[in-house]
Amino acid sequence: MWENAALTITVFLPLAGAGVISLIPKAREEQARTVALLVSVLAFALSLAILGSYYLGGNSPAPGELSFEVNTEWIPAIGANFHLGIDGISLPLFVLSYLLTFLCAVYAFHHIEDPGKPKAFLALMLMLQTGMAGTFIAFDLILFFIFWELVLVPMYFLIGIWGGERREYAAIKFFLYTLFGSVFMLVAFLALYFRSGVGTFDIQELTALGAAGEFRGTFGLLAFGGIALSFAIKAPMWPFHTWLPDAHTEAPTIGSVLLAGILLKMGTYGFVRIALPILPEAAAAYAPIIAVLAVIAILYGALCCLAQTDLKRLIAFSSVGHMGFVMLGIATLTPIGINAAIFGMVAHGIITGMLFFIVGSVKDRYHTRAIAEIGGGMNQVLPRMSGLMMFVGIASLGLPGLAGFWGEMFALLAAFNPAPVLQEAGYLPLYRTLMVLGAVGTLMTAGYFLYMFQRVNQGVAPQRWRDAGLGDVSVIEWGTWLPLLILIPVLGFLPFLVTGITDAPVTELFNRVFG
Amino acid sequence: MSEFAWLIPAVMALSALTILLFGKRMPRHGAEVGILALGVAFVLSVLVAVEVFSANVAAVAEVEEAHSVQSVWEVGGREVTLVVDAAEGGEAAEIPAGVHEFRLEQSTELSPIGGGFSIEAGTRIDGLTAMMFLLVSFVSLMVHVYSTGYMHGDPRYTWYFTLLSVFTFSMLLLVIANNLLMVVMGWELVGVCSFLLIGFWWEEKANSDAAIKALLTTKLGDVGLMVGVVGLWSEFGTFNITRIYEGVAAGDFDQGLLTFSLLALFIGAVGKSAQFPLHTWLPDAMAGPTPVSALIHAATMVTAGVFLIARLYPVYQASPTTLTVIAIIGVITLFAMGLLALVQDDVKRVLAYSTISQLGYMVAALAFSYTAGIFHLFAHGFFKALLFLGAGSLIHAVHSNNMSDMGGLRKPMPVTFATFVIGSAALAAIPPLAGFWSKDEVLAGAFGAGGYSGTLVTVLGGLGGMITAFYMARVLWLVFAGEFRGNGHPHESPAAMKWPLVVLAVPAALIGFVNLPFDFAHPRGFAAWTMFDLAYFEGHPVEFNLLLALGTTLLALLGIAAATAIYRRRAAVANDPMLRLGLFTQVLQNKYYLDQLYMGVIVRPLRDRVAPAAYWFNDHVLDRIVNLAGAGAVGLGRVTYRTVDQRGIDGVVNGIGSTANYTGNLLKFAQSGNVQLYAGALFVGVFVLGVLFAVA
Repeated sequence: MWENAALTITVFLPLAGAGVISLIPKAREEQARTVALLVSVLAFALSLAILGSYYLGGNSPAPGELSFEVNTEWIPAIGANFHLGIDGISLPLFVLSYLLTFLCAVYAFHHIEDPGKPKAFLALMLMLQTGMAGTFIAFDLILFFIFWELVLVPMYFLIGIWGGERREYAAIKFFLYTLFGSVFMLVAFLALYFRSGVGTFDIQELTALGAAGEFRGTFGLLAFGGIALSFAIKAPMWPFHTWLPDAHTEAPTIGSVLLAGILLKMGTYGFVRIALPILPEAAAAYAPIIAVLAVIAILYGALCCLAQTDLKRLIAFSSVGHMGFVMLGIATLTPIGINAAIFGMVAHGIITGMLFFIVGSVKDRYHTRAIAEIGGGMNQVLPRMSGLMMFVGIASLGLPGLAGFWGEMFALLAAFNPAPVLQEAGYLPLYRTLMVLGAVGTLMTAGYFLYMFQRVNQGVAPQRWRDAGLGDVSVIEWGTWLPLLILIPVLGFLPFLVTGITDAPVTELFNRVFG
Repeated sequence: MSEFAWLIPAVMALSALTILLFGKRMPRHGAEVGILALGVAFVLSVLVAVEVFSANVAAVAEVEEAHSVQSVWEVGGREVTLVVDAAEGGEAAEIPAGVHEFRLEQSTELSPIGGGFSIEAGTRIDGLTAMMFLLVSFVSLMVHVYSTGYMHGDPRYTWYFTLLSVFTFSMLLLVIANNLLMVVMGWELVGVCSFLLIGFWWEEKANSDAAIKALLTTKLGDVGLMVGVVGLWSEFGTFNITRIYEGVAAGDFDQGLLTFSLLALFIGAVGKSAQFPLHTWLPDAMAGPTPVSALIHAATMVTAGVFLIARLYPVYQASPTTLTVIAIIGVITLFAMGLLALVQDDVKRVLAYSTISQLGYMVAALAFSYTAGIFHLFAHGFFKALLFLGAGSLIHAVHSNNMSDMGGLRKPMPVTFATFVIGSAALAAIPPLAGFWSKDEVLAGAFGAGGYSGTLVTVLGGLGGMITAFYMARVLWLVFAGEFRGNGHPHESPAAMKWPLVVLAVPAALIGFVNLPFDFAHPRGFAAWTMFDLAYFEGHPVEFNLLLALGTTLLALLGIAAATAIYRRRAAVANDPMLRLGLFTQVLQNKYYLDQLYMGVIVRPLRDRVAPAAYWFNDHVLDRIVNLAGAGAVGLGRVTYRTVDQRGIDGVVNGIGSTANYTGNLLKFAQSGNVQLYAGALFVGVFVLGVLFAVA
């Protein structure tokens, strides 16, 4: 029973919770926070139970198979099935989405941006959770698409209503840009459906067909292009990233955390789960281009960060570079690169999520995001907050021993020896050059973070902030952040907590598809 | 004992956590935890060292015994036994089966990283590790004790001791690692500790500038380190150091890739060990508290690059090109950077440049001899830590780093004076102090190796010794002789600072005797203790060359004599002849214009020009395209709506009508929040498109 229902319950529980919240009368609106917390705690507990049974209960499936699988007819007319399942590739991101939503629900007790309205805000947040989690476990393209689009709507409102000054522009841009990509993705999905001959949207079946060479040639290239465009916008890959700084900067803190923590990973996850396995030949053709764009993103993102005068926008731009490392890992088409990419996604979710929490809290206190107005010396004014910011910043620049390191290191490692198919095509020198440039990117990443520390955290604080009596990290903030703060060194020293889950399915999948 | 050697870093990690969490509430604000932990770590290090060193000596003895040929003659009815050492004359001795050096590897497979590879966490205890343990834990202990006096009353006292513990842990991690990934981990961690400690007084922008410069410059080297580690991994399929040795021994590698990787790794060492041309961060790093300079920027962290080359010694042997590069970089560093010390007024900067120069000796030495390189590392660690702590004592007394504010300090600060003289003499390589033996080993090694680079190292190294002696004598005269030129009444430092000086003076004076350069000493001394592999044991690393030793000593004495002649009377910096040598002084005072070059050509253009340009491109080109596309769609929609839809084609063609909706109301839908409706409409439209696409 639990076997069959676990995923369905876990995924739709937040949506049900959103329904319950919307029933709360306006007069008792504040209770929405409690309800949202309860729902997200319960959902997080369920996701942990799934993780636990995976780790402990011997429920880890044989490589290539899914656990907690549900596969029933859904829309027979078009052959779409309600196919959910989970494997090592999905699991880390799936659980991470519940963790972050839970922490956001805690943080909501601390602060919700104007115009308040916790009821609407939290209902949207829980809706978002269903969409995010569903994306990672859907094994039917139509179902995947539904979850994918489901994410758009609540995030659109979160940015558009609770966002900063340019919220409407940012929200519309986020929405339309993503939707623009979705169109191509959907077209490609449909094309696969018809081309498959058997009329299926099932990801596993399509993967098998793809491995058998069904989708070769121009068709494959076109289909991959459509799918990849959508994922590239979401990830975001350079040069499709320009929605991201606006959306991140204008979004409320919780929106930024979930956007950076989970939403971006939907794109990179899509590459790993759908684009590469179903269209391996096209993937090999596109991989060098993706790798080049990824390294451009790394260097370009770092340069843009260096030029920022807005703290939140700086963190937003840092995502461009970090996701560049993830894409570089993916573009190697090797198990090491994919493991690195998934690790990088998880690490980036934790670290950048945490950075957005901190920046949000900093803005609560200073009422500005402008670096020049903060004027340095945060170490003096908010010593704990500032210390946390530097700690997480150092994690973000990829210090070994903290979570940010492994994703970058192994993406570079994989780029030095990309997949045989790429080496045979003569791309080895290109990839090795990219690897060196990527390593230079780690230096530039360190550069902009250190420059940020100097301008924000160090130095002497302006008198007005010293007189302002700003409150340091509050109890709720500690409560929200501690899990992430602990995970950063834990994953840094024990990377097998993630790679131990991902390696078997990744290696199996890639040997099957690219072997 | 060695199987518990992992406790040494572990105890420091524990100490760091304890100080961080509870330090502020402790009676001594956390310092006691650090000192206690280091006491334990030092005792453990000694125990490990005794075990490792004695095992190595025993192994060497066995090899020698096996190679002694016993010839027996009958002379007049009596048997005469003649024992001849077969290894005499520098032939490679064959190692009998079953005899091996001390080596203990323990490791756990940690994490699969894909493709059948995994990460391991492991320790490797051998002569090199044991030697580094001794040095790091001893100097760190002294620095901890000293810091209780030097940092007394600092508002971030507890944080300071936390960082010292984290640093010591990271350094020990780097040393104990059995694989290159862990080396990288320790390497980067010490870098961040160094960053935080250089910028410890971050209120001053100059300090945080120095910290950033240090981290970024070493990180530039780390790009090489990463590429090198990945290159070796690609070559040998492992990060494990022993297996890399085996791979090299088996000769199963691509020479080009190996040389590339080793050069890349060497760039990492160049950054970390402040070799030319990436040395410019180290003098600025003196912005940190002086005990930190002693520990991190003289005795331990900056030797990490030297350590790395020593650790991969057999691998480097397989690439003669790289060895030549190492020798050249080392010799440039040791000579050119020593010159810079001549014109400094800041006593810490004199020491900093001398550190760079001595690191150059170590690096150059490793091109010729393993023992010479690490012996100089070992000996230098003690006397340079002593000198820095002595400088700290001076600074503590006169509240200035500048020698122009010192003078006449011999009387009020007798202990500092005496120990500083010992340290200076050791650095100036005056026999029989530590520096004499270690530097002699370096030069003799290079001289013995001969050839172009060997000769260069010998000649410039000898001359460099004269410069060293000169500037240290200059410091002694300017600081301790003459009249006091500063403000206030300087007095001797408190006991917590005085005693570490006295204790450090002992090894600074005597440590050279562990490695006397005579044949009888080698199999029992430092060379045997610290070998990591019998196959690379340099039973006779360098012949002691009396003429060479006399020559370098003479040069050193000459340097001292010259400095004495110049500075005995003119003990003021104002009329320092070193500052009146025209172009020579100008070039040296501008540090060969390297800082200007880096700032002007790389840092500032990148930060102030390229980065804003990239961001401008982002906003005005990439984003403009997106916005224009959006605006274009809206415009197209409006036009379509007005002309096509409204002006009465009136639904003749449904497809066109839906296009109008599609584009024209795009923004309107979104703004009014009807996005779901829109998405649904889109879904249907796309389905149709998809069918067309698939059929076509």
